[in-house]
Amino acid sequence: MRDTILYDSALRLFGDHVTPKVLAAAESGTWPQALWDEVADAGYLDVLADGPSAMAEAVTILRAAGHHAAPVPLAETMLARWLCAACRFDIPEGPLTVAPVEPDDRILLVGDTLTGRAGHVPWGGDAAAMVLLAEGRVYLVPRGEAAFEHDKNLAGEPRDQLQAVSQGCAAAPLPNEIEPEQVMRLGALMRASQIAGATEAALGLSTRYANDRVQFGRPIGKFQAIQQQLALLAEEAAAATVAVESAAAAVAAGRASAGIAVPAAKIRAGEAAGKVADIAHQVHGAIGFTEEHSLHYLTRRLWSWRDEFGHEGFWAAELGRRVAEAGPDQLWPLITAP
Amino acid sequence: MSVFRFDPVELPPEGEALRAEVRAFIADELAAGRWTPNSDFGSHRAADFSRRIAGRGWIGMTWPKKYGGADRSFLERYVVTEEFLAAGAPVGCHWIADRQSGPLLLRFGTEAQREAFLPAITRGEVFFSIGMSEPDSGSDLASIRTRARPVCGGYEVTGTKVWTSYAHESHYAITLVRTGDTAEVDGKIDRHRGLSQLILDLKAPGVSVRPILNLAGEHDFNELVLDRVFVPSERLVGGEGDGWGQVTSELAFERSGPERFLSSHQVLRQFVRRAGEDPDPRAADALGRMAAQLWTLRQMSLSVAGMLQAGEMPNLEAAIVKDLGGAFERDVPERVRSVAPRRRRADPDPFETALAESVLHAPSWTLRGGTREILRGIIARGLGLR
Repeated sequence: MRDTILYDSALRLFGDHVTPKVLAAAESGTWPQALWDEVADAGYLDVLADGPSAMAEAVTILRAAGHHAAPVPLAETMLARWLCAACRFDIPEGPLTVAPVEPDDRILLVGDTLTGRAGHVPWGGDAAAMVLLAEGRVYLVPRGEAAFEHDKNLAGEPRDQLQAVSQGCAAAPLPNEIEPEQVMRLGALMRASQIAGATEAALGLSTRYANDRVQFGRPIGKFQAIQQQLALLAEEAAAATVAVESAAAAVAAGRASAGIAVPAAKIRAGEAAGKVADIAHQVHGAIGFTEEHSLHYLTRRLWSWRDEFGHEGFWAAELGRRVAEAGPDQLWPLITAP
Repeated sequence: MSVFRFDPVELPPEGEALRAEVRAFIADELAAGRWTPNSDFGSHRAADFSRRIAGRGWIGMTWPKKYGGADRSFLERYVVTEEFLAAGAPVGCHWIADRQSGPLLLRFGTEAQREAFLPAITRGEVFFSIGMSEPDSGSDLASIRTRARPVCGGYEVTGTKVWTSYAHESHYAITLVRTGDTAEVDGKIDRHRGLSQLILDLKAPGVSVRPILNLAGEHDFNELVLDRVFVPSERLVGGEGDGWGQVTSELAFERSGPERFLSSHQVLRQFVRRAGEDPDPRAADALGRMAAQLWTLRQMSLSVAGMLQAGEMPNLEAAIVKDLGGAFERDVPERVRSVAPRRRRADPDPFETALAESVLHAPSWTLRGGTREILRGIIARGLGLR
């Protein structure tokens, strides 16, 4: 059974603490400390402490966070705390991040120096520490030991360019039980979960608006043209949600099929993100295009998150090559692998 | 919180054992060259195939043993049907009876009807069609005009049905008729009153079956002209006037299965072959996106199957699966036609053959069993918009 108790309580927590005011303040650079304290008190940061076996719970919490557009590096902190625990690092207090998060970025160790590039590091400059993966090793880099060029995504969430890393941080080889690609994959699934939550929220906002907004003497939701579009939005939201939940179940159980499920979930959620944002704006009309209306907190995240931890094109190429390698007779066994 | 609910489901271990058994059976069938794969359940049929799988207990497998069934779970049936469809096996002959007519009789039929029809269906000997649409009644099913007038010992049925697939090969058609008039209830006309379902013997006097060729020149549809056809009262399904409730009660079963997203599966499979082990970037991208869609649709469809197994009736979720599934089925040939290296149609080539079949049959996939517009209307109602 789906964990509705966890989902509902997370939804309440984020609903109570992520207000339009908090979102606007976060976007202009004010760290939402009260929200973060609530998230930490609820125990969400350590949900992956024992590793990906708790992925279903992580995805449930992140769907709720995405639903309310929570402007905090929750997925990144979950990942970082799992990696720190696995490497037996002392886990720093506060928000954490991981790098690299772009599939083509590589950090190299040249002599004693970490070098290379890592773009779009979430909250890179703000996080208390960054967990950096380079050449099969894990580095814990406290704030101040790394230089970032500040940047942000379309939703105004910090996405910083890593410039340089000083020495003197904790380091350990990547534990055997963790594959080098696993961080990118789990990150992709976690972003997909946030997308799924945001699509469900966009469905709720759009349905409510269609029932309230009156034109030609009746709520616009009474027009079939609008109804058909909202049905499509609902279908996309449903597909994104089922994809991330199913992939999380495969990851949690440690099944080999997660190798198909996780890329599939990021692709499907990413495709849903674009369609949902498109329909939600069309239904909302001009008011949805204003700063005043809160729809953009969701849609700008949908447009951003679909690109992060690998966009649809990246994962489609990877999944497509995998299917091609397996060949036509293994297509169906791959899709149905338990 | 959400208007839709897709509970996660895991197939039971016996389902996976069964899958291996079905795959081995299919491998034997293919090795013997008994059929050419085509995943469209609506147009791919072979009576001898139906009888062979009946021998394995794979028709009516969820029904009680006393009616010839195997008392298996709905999820096990799901495994068998998805394996047959993905392999492109000719399931068409028994499909309607197995999915629809048998369960209808099991739920609403009399004991005598169950004993008369169910064992014969499970033996692969009796095939069913569905007589619902009429020349003036398509999506607006409640407007049908075929009349069943009470006569001594039964009904005299007159009217015309259309799009009755394989009425020329099936033995019976579950036929929706008017046994009574619409009634005014609380000042509103209740159009769903007065409808009943009859088990129509397609060889009965007064039944004319006339072919309607489809755009590919094939004969699967028929026009069914009923001219004062006598149907004995013991062929009435359930109570008189219960037809509408019966028709709508099983929609989740009919709209959420693997047949709703696998119709173009052979195109996808042949595209994998054509793209090769080292596909070019456009082919890899298309393949990855289609695999993601297929995988997700199967998870959604399985989730509905799990809820059906648990005794729920997720009609909204089933409508979501069918609309998304139909769109995917139609998208597959559209995507691959401009990505795959193409060959002349004159050469026998499995990819070109599957593609041509898909392009020609695709329009029917988003019409049969509820048009996409009707499905979206159901979803909109679920959203509270209607």
